[in-house]
Amino acid sequence: MKVHSRSDLETLRADGLSTLYPSRLKISVGMATCGLATGAAAVYDALRDEAAARGLDLMLIATGCLGYCQQEPLVDVRMPGRDRVLYARMTADRARELIADLARGELPAEGALAVIPEEKEPPAGLEPAGGLPLLNELPFYARQRKIILRNCGLIDPTRVEEYVARGGYQALAHVLLDLTPQETIDEVLGSGLRGRGGAGFPTGRKWQICHDAPGQPKYVICNGDEGDPGAYMDRTVLESDPYSVIEGLTIAGYAIGARQGYIYVRDEYPLAVERVTQAVARAEELGLLGDSIFDSGFDFSITIVRGAGAFVCGEETALISSIEGGLGEPRPRPPFPATSGLWGKPTVINNVKTLATVPVIISEGADWYAAIGTENNAGTVVFSLVGKVANTGLVEVPLGLTLRDMIEGIGGGGLNGKAVKAVQTGGPSGGCLPARLFDLPISYETLTQAGSIMGSGGMVVMDEDTCMVDVARYFLGFTMAESCGKCTPCREGTRYMHEILTRIVEGKGTPEDLDLLEEVARWVKTASLCGLGQTAPNPVLSTLRYFRDEYEAHVVEKRCPAGVCRALIRLVIQPDLCTGCGLCKRECPAGAISGEKKKPHVIDPELCTRCRMCYDVCPVGAIEIVK
Amino acid sequence: MPLIAQPPPPAGGALLAKLHAINAEHGYLPEEELRHAADELNVPLSQLYSAATFYAAFSFKPRGRHTIHVCLGTACYIRGGEKLLEKLETTLGVKPGETTDDRAFTLETVHCLGSCSMSPVIRVNGDTYGRLKADRLPRILKKYRGQET
Amino acid sequence: MINLTVNGQPVTVPDGTTVLQAVRAAGVELPTLCYHEGLAPYGACRLCMVVITAPRHALVASCAYPVEEGMVVETNVPEAATARHLALEFLLSRCPQSDVIREMAAKEGITTSRFGAPPPERADELCVLCGLCVRVCREAIGAAAISFIGRGMERRVGTPFDVQSDACIGCGACAEICPTGAIKMEDQGNKRILHTWHTTVELHTCPQCGRFFVPEPMSFLKEMFPEIEDLWALCPECRQQRAARQWIEQRATSPV
Repeated sequence: MKVHSRSDLETLRADGLSTLYPSRLKISVGMATCGLATGAAAVYDALRDEAAARGLDLMLIATGCLGYCQQEPLVDVRMPGRDRVLYARMTADRARELIADLARGELPAEGALAVIPEEKEPPAGLEPAGGLPLLNELPFYARQRKIILRNCGLIDPTRVEEYVARGGYQALAHVLLDLTPQETIDEVLGSGLRGRGGAGFPTGRKWQICHDAPGQPKYVICNGDEGDPGAYMDRTVLESDPYSVIEGLTIAGYAIGARQGYIYVRDEYPLAVERVTQAVARAEELGLLGDSIFDSGFDFSITIVRGAGAFVCGEETALISSIEGGLGEPRPRPPFPATSGLWGKPTVINNVKTLATVPVIISEGADWYAAIGTENNAGTVVFSLVGKVANTGLVEVPLGLTLRDMIEGIGGGGLNGKAVKAVQTGGPSGGCLPARLFDLPISYETLTQAGSIMGSGGMVVMDEDTCMVDVARYFLGFTMAESCGKCTPCREGTRYMHEILTRIVEGKGTPEDLDLLEEVARWVKTASLCGLGQTAPNPVLSTLRYFRDEYEAHVVEKRCPAGVCRALIRLVIQPDLCTGCGLCKRECPAGAISGEKKKPHVIDPELCTRCRMCYDVCPVGAIEIVK
Repeated sequence: MPLIAQPPPPAGGALLAKLHAINAEHGYLPEEELRHAADELNVPLSQLYSAATFYAAFSFKPRGRHTIHVCLGTACYIRGGEKLLEKLETTLGVKPGETTDDRAFTLETVHCLGSCSMSPVIRVNGDTYGRLKADRLPRILKKYRGQET
Repeated sequence: MINLTVNGQPVTVPDGTTVLQAVRAAGVELPTLCYHEGLAPYGACRLCMVVITAPRHALVASCAYPVEEGMVVETNVPEAATARHLALEFLLSRCPQSDVIREMAAKEGITTSRFGAPPPERADELCVLCGLCVRVCREAIGAAAISFIGRGMERRVGTPFDVQSDACIGCGACAEICPTGAIKMEDQGNKRILHTWHTTVELHTCPQCGRFFVPEPMSFLKEMFPEIEDLWALCPECRQQRAARQWIEQRATSPV
């Protein structure tokens, strides 16, 4: 079929509702990359095979990511007339038992995490069986508000019908049939939406500049080159709800007067590439992309470009160079892409999350969106809460929550009860903020003032076992390797900062090195050509600012307080604790451990590489890190 | 205006798509294929070569039958990704970027696979393994060796 | 026209001028490596950094920044000078053997670098990665025989696969434009050897004296510009002699 009108959308919606809320048993398995990484495919197979063996009538769906990655694989069981129950940490074995129970008409209690409330058809009396909490009452979800991630994990991402059933494409129909491009821009302007890629430039203003810029044709680009290590929200949206991005991009195209859009997806995200490719093809088939969409006379098509492993391509001018067909080398700005972008034509580049937000703003209205969050920081942001934190996952919250709300409230504090020391936001462009600043409300401005940035939303929690000097060196190693090499400060400066930091972690640093490090860092920050170089020193500057004592311990006392830097620690086995189980001996990559079975083992310091593998595997805690 | 007339630029993204296609077919970028592709796309060979050397996804060396990517993103790094790498290095006897003598495995590091909540992770071919501890690695390697017999 | 001040001195320049051009129009010196008036601004070497204090405060690469009405440019304030000095110090550590860099640095009072020396295999490095050779070959000549290879610290310039380039026309524009003399080119008999590019092209023989002059691959220019056909007929020396002869003959037949 082809969608020509709102009533055609209704047909799709009805179809979508029939699979979203079927009258028979439905099981959805979270099969975005996170789920797959923890065995969701085996769970899916086990559910399918066991149901077939038992002749159980079942609708089995691979869905996207619900965000609570800590509990993956997640399995959502919807039995008509019963509570919709979410099961956590599913295994293939338990999946088979689950089918056996369901075949008997029972919802097992084992592994049940929460009851999922249904917005569309609330089951009568949401009294959770067995005292299960509602999903949105779990500490992980309680303070979240899902706009960008509204469909993630709740729909089959390969079915546009389910996207439409949850309100999708109403916004596109509205702008094409009822609004002028300028009215569309005004709506986005009025919402206060700021670019979710990290810099926070007002989206409506960007659109307006491009709309007003002379030159044809114009282009819109979705930046899905999410390169920040520690961040994966764009991947999740592309994998779990690709149509939201496609709809947003189409609206952006209409607003600025572009007929061609691009979605640039990071190469390391094969599933996202697959999902978006499939979704674009389906949208074309339905006439939601192509000529005269909704018979409005507006033509729009989308080309998908798969990146090839270059962090710098997340920078908009480098991304443009990459699409044009060469190396991802940034260009001086001005001119800004909005006036001179792809092939020198006016071009808007928006992040995945920005575009996924647009349809909701159009549907719900600018004022509705502007009322969420705080002044000048409207709406919600998605963070990937990862690292040394109890609950890892994707979290969408209104702007204005504090870091403490995030880390202690939603994240449940440190991993294994350890004390959280810092949080790193904004990836290699961001900084490390100490625990004493955790009462800062999250906004573009507060994070920047504190020496970090919002960035695209990576939030990596660090505890007492994380060495901040080592972390700074890690990030500089990253930016050094990812620098395109075009401008002198970024190319030579990151290399040299990395060299100093390496000296320091090897115990060869001097107090003078810290001054030199800071001097070079300030130069790279102010003199580099593009955002990569201009932000590359942030991890160094922020750790120097908040964790100078750790640097000093390294250069003065030649000691690593966190017990991480290999040249500054020794590992010894405490003979009175060692049971001689031999596990450390087996796992030691260097073959440095010897000992007879059931007798205390010893580490040969000459062979030991201080990788701490033994420390990790020892079941009785007999390995001591001598700092 | 350059002295030598320039052909129109290739379609947006066409160049990367071509490099991906060659890389997927051969596992690396053979010189002859690259020269051929430059003619086909009507772009200077230097432009294609420049791009091919710029991106981490492309290699000029033949690969093993299975490629292992050890993630060293921030979350993986602070949760022990390096140890996985060291274990793989000693088990396979290769360094990142190298291929085992039997051409079974190529070992690579990657700056982030975007599976940070499951850190540390590795990816073998298309399969991602999360919440990994070094002691699970031998079993994973065995699985891929097993697929070949 | 746009009015601005450079180091307190008023200058008027046409719209579309870069800050660097305005600075030079004001007679103020600024070092540059990656800038060339015949090529698009590139903004890579970061030597021409200046501070603008109006209409907004920013440290910018003057070669790639357009002038604005009322702009106030300062080239010697500490912020600008520090940025320039560090760039020079780092380039000096990259290319300690380059006379050009040494002189440029010395002019700004920098004679040594705190940032170490290049590794032994690159001890004689002269290339500062300004990209002028790559850009002139591509943007002005259109041959695109050379390009950047690799990225970050590994970045360098070369021909594809570091072998003889079929696209190189041997014009030598790369060697001519290189600010540090990093590109080695020489003519030997009927060959022009571009050592840095592992490339040799044949030279055209002068039918009169048998000397070799213009590279054969440049003969395409004859078709493009028929009026220069004559330049191909003879080497510059023979052409000069011919012109002299013609002049003498002319004088002989019609004295002044």
